[in-house]
Amino acid sequence: MTQPHETRSLLTVVTEAAIETSLLRDLDKLGVSGYTVTDARGRGSRGVRDAAWKEAANIRIEVICNRAMAESIVEHLQAHYYANYAMVSFIRDVEVLRPEKF
Amino acid sequence: MIDIVILFFVFGLTAGLLRADLKLPSALYESLSLLLLLTIGLKGGEGLAQQALRPLLPQLGLVMLLGVVLTFIAYAVLRYVGRLGRADAASTAAHYGSVSVATYAVGSNWLSTRGIAFEPQLAIFLTVMEVPAIVVGIVIARGIGKDTRWGVLAHESFLGKGVTLLIGGMAIGWAAGPLGLEPIKSLFYDLFKGALALFLLEMGLIVAKQTKELRSRGLFIVIFGVCMPLVSAALGIACGIALNLSAGGTTLLATLAASASYIAVPAAMRLALPEANPGLSLGAVLGVTFPFNILIGIPIYYWLAAKFSG
Repeated sequence: MTQPHETRSLLTVVTEAAIETSLLRDLDKLGVSGYTVTDARGRGSRGVRDAAWKEAANIRIEVICNRAMAESIVEHLQAHYYANYAMVSFIRDVEVLRPEKF
Repeated sequence: MIDIVILFFVFGLTAGLLRADLKLPSALYESLSLLLLLTIGLKGGEGLAQQALRPLLPQLGLVMLLGVVLTFIAYAVLRYVGRLGRADAASTAAHYGSVSVATYAVGSNWLSTRGIAFEPQLAIFLTVMEVPAIVVGIVIARGIGKDTRWGVLAHESFLGKGVTLLIGGMAIGWAAGPLGLEPIKSLFYDLFKGALALFLLEMGLIVAKQTKELRSRGLFIVIFGVCMPLVSAALGIACGIALNLSAGGTTLLATLAASASYIAVPAAMRLALPEANPGLSLGAVLGVTFPFNILIGIPIYYWLAAKFSG
């Protein structure tokens, strides 16, 4: 028997490690039930972020949630962080098992 | 003779400039800085265990004031001579009012290699000089407004890695005393130079990365990066003489004053003044001031300190 699965939104945010604590606090406040953070490196409009040391380190935060929540998070990021921080975020649809978790 | 640890810095810098395929694992860099911070704390605490602490309080007040004054001087120069924007000038000034542990480590190593003694309270000076400049920098740019999250910032600054490890090390060194520290000396004291050498190798690689940033910033920031530490060191020497420190202690206080933060302050400024460009401050601090201090500055500060502190 196949388990029930449903579509949710996967929000990915790539940004500076310097604001990790602050961002995760915001996510908690917005009511996100869970997230995954990984170390990342790459290059963008703000130059190479190669994680050679802390000031040049990036992180990638992933959140699976419903569409409305993902959009409200992106709005929040746009209002508070986009202007001054290296940040990229995008939303895509994913299929999840145990939809009640997200 | 040039210190052996400096050669490692020069090696790292050269390798970085040549874009050699060399990168220390960030976990190693973190571990080395942890070892250096704890050792500096332990040594300070060990010395403090042998003297009364109360007379130190007014001294701490004076060195904190020194940090505040340096921030204002740096801001005035950056804003009105360099014509930087308010946020950029305030953020960079905060870097220069605060201190660099790596520079302090090189300075203390320079002195101990030559058998020159310095007072144990220099480790406390290092700790208390880290934070005031951050507060002054933010107040200059923002005023004492509600839009700064002071609670979060206080937590980041006072319980950041640097201050926590220094205070923890000092408390342990103070509680244990020289005899109690005997069993762990082989790790913390004997390996200090080796750890510092590796740490400076990585610093050389990091500094090499700043040169590109500097090239786009023009001459002013380079001149500032050399002249500001000289002015700061002069004030540091005056403070050292006022506090009746030895020539070694005065040299190290001058080195602290001349040094500019590149860990605690950039992290705090990124949160508090996000519109300030971190590349500008770090370019000046790492690309100019840090190498200037460890290669040329420290011997000059000692020469001046020895001359004036009799």
